[in-house]
Amino acid sequence: MASNGFQRTSALLRTLRNSNVTSAPVTFTPSGTRSVSLQIVQQRMKSVGNIQKITAAMKMVAASRLKGAQTRMEKSRGLVVPLIRMLGDLPGIVTDTTMVVPVSSDKGLCGGINTTVVKYSKVVAGLEPKTTMTIVGEKARAQLGKGNSDKVNGTIVDLSKIPMTFATASMVADTILAEGAQKHQIVFNKFQSVISFRPTVATVYSSDEYEKAAEAGQIKFDEYEMEGPERSEFLLDLAEFNMGVVMYNALLENSTSELGSRMQSMENSTKNAKDMLGKLTLLYNRTRQASITTELIEIISGASALEAKK
Amino acid sequence: ALGAVSSTTATRAFGTSAMRATEAQKESIASFMSAFEAVKPSTMDNPSTPSAFMKPLPEVPATPPAKLTLNFYVPHNIEFDGAEVDQVQVPATSGDMGVLPGHVPTVVQMRPGVVAVTLNDKEVQKYFVSSGFAFVHADSTTDICAVEAVPVEQLDAEAVKKGLADYQAKLVNAKDDYEKASAQIGIEVCGAMNSALGN
Repeated sequence: MASNGFQRTSALLRTLRNSNVTSAPVTFTPSGTRSVSLQIVQQRMKSVGNIQKITAAMKMVAASRLKGAQTRMEKSRGLVVPLIRMLGDLPGIVTDTTMVVPVSSDKGLCGGINTTVVKYSKVVAGLEPKTTMTIVGEKARAQLGKGNSDKVNGTIVDLSKIPMTFATASMVADTILAEGAQKHQIVFNKFQSVISFRPTVATVYSSDEYEKAAEAGQIKFDEYEMEGPERSEFLLDLAEFNMGVVMYNALLENSTSELGSRMQSMENSTKNAKDMLGKLTLLYNRTRQASITTELIEIISGASALEAKK
Repeated sequence: ALGAVSSTTATRAFGTSAMRATEAQKESIASFMSAFEAVKPSTMDNPSTPSAFMKPLPEVPATPPAKLTLNFYVPHNIEFDGAEVDQVQVPATSGDMGVLPGHVPTVVQMRPGVVAVTLNDKEVQKYFVSSGFAFVHADSTTDICAVEAVPVEQLDAEAVKKGLADYQAKLVNAKDDYEKASAQIGIEVCGAMNSALGN
């Protein structure tokens, strides 16, 4: 909606410069030159002015929510570390069934982060033959639903409408684990700063795969004494907990990245709208002055014709 | 003297396995990245993996250090991050467990109960945890990962007693296994909170 208005308005400006045929209604003055209707320019100015106000407001909303989201995200980063230390970060193990989980936002106008996640998810899904997807977020669903619908197991949307707690993330984790894949690769944007987001792939295995990795010495689990249930149950609990923690962190990182990216893109939109409004104001003034001049010429030539007749 | 020798060899053995696991991690990431590069479009960068954002792990010391390094995390908060403490007591499912520097590496599953952190000779901070895991590593770093943790002072005795009575009533009226299980969990947690408050 915003870009369409810009495109139409910049087409209008190009028209005036190149004097090409345009779709805007064109009037002919008595001297034969073409001019753009004043009303059209006024309408364009009003709509661009509205766009500027809306995008400025959206930027402020995103900025005010960013600080809170960033604090929550930073606190969620703590719990990820001991689980990586215990269960490893091993994206390269080849398994029979892999599930890719792209994490995206529900709302748009947030720049390129969702397209980035979708691109990386497509590449990761192409690494092994039997890959399925569980999509989180409306935007990835819209982009992936068309070409890859045979791979998509399920979609989880509208998470932005409920408060993001560990309980919610556990629910998401349960839904993903219920599909029974041996390897899960979660693709999300990791928040580096307000202007920089890093596409990241986190890997969580089923408890069977963790058992195999422990036996192979890829993770150190077998070097530890166990206080709790026996080994398989322990690893099952750990795998489920790991999934919940990774999902919670991924969802918070992605939503903070969404806010930062939205701030950036709304800032750009506001700047563009402001520039466009400046150009349109100049165009409006020139057009207004031209029409006044034309009227004056008509009046004067009419008066002088009458005088000459006398 | 014999004890000192065996503990040194033990820590050296754990040091090697720690190196093996880190090598395995590097190899796994490298193989993933090369598989990724084979399929990706040329303009795309490689993605990151979570371990890229972690601080490198410290060396395993030859002798046990004087203090325990404690990391205590819940999903929504970081209670302790690299704090130097004297000892920690965790409520394992198999009973309460005290952790001192030089403790044998252990993975612990925690039941609802109290984690007591002895900061120094005088200060002990007690947290009620709903459950979770604790990892005691060879370099005397202890990671406590709880789902929920509150300082014991913040527990409301009246609310706990009421909760216990509620869940006991729910257990009696439970219609299926799910309701029974959730009522039993409620009773266990409220009972643990009650004993944490000293009742």
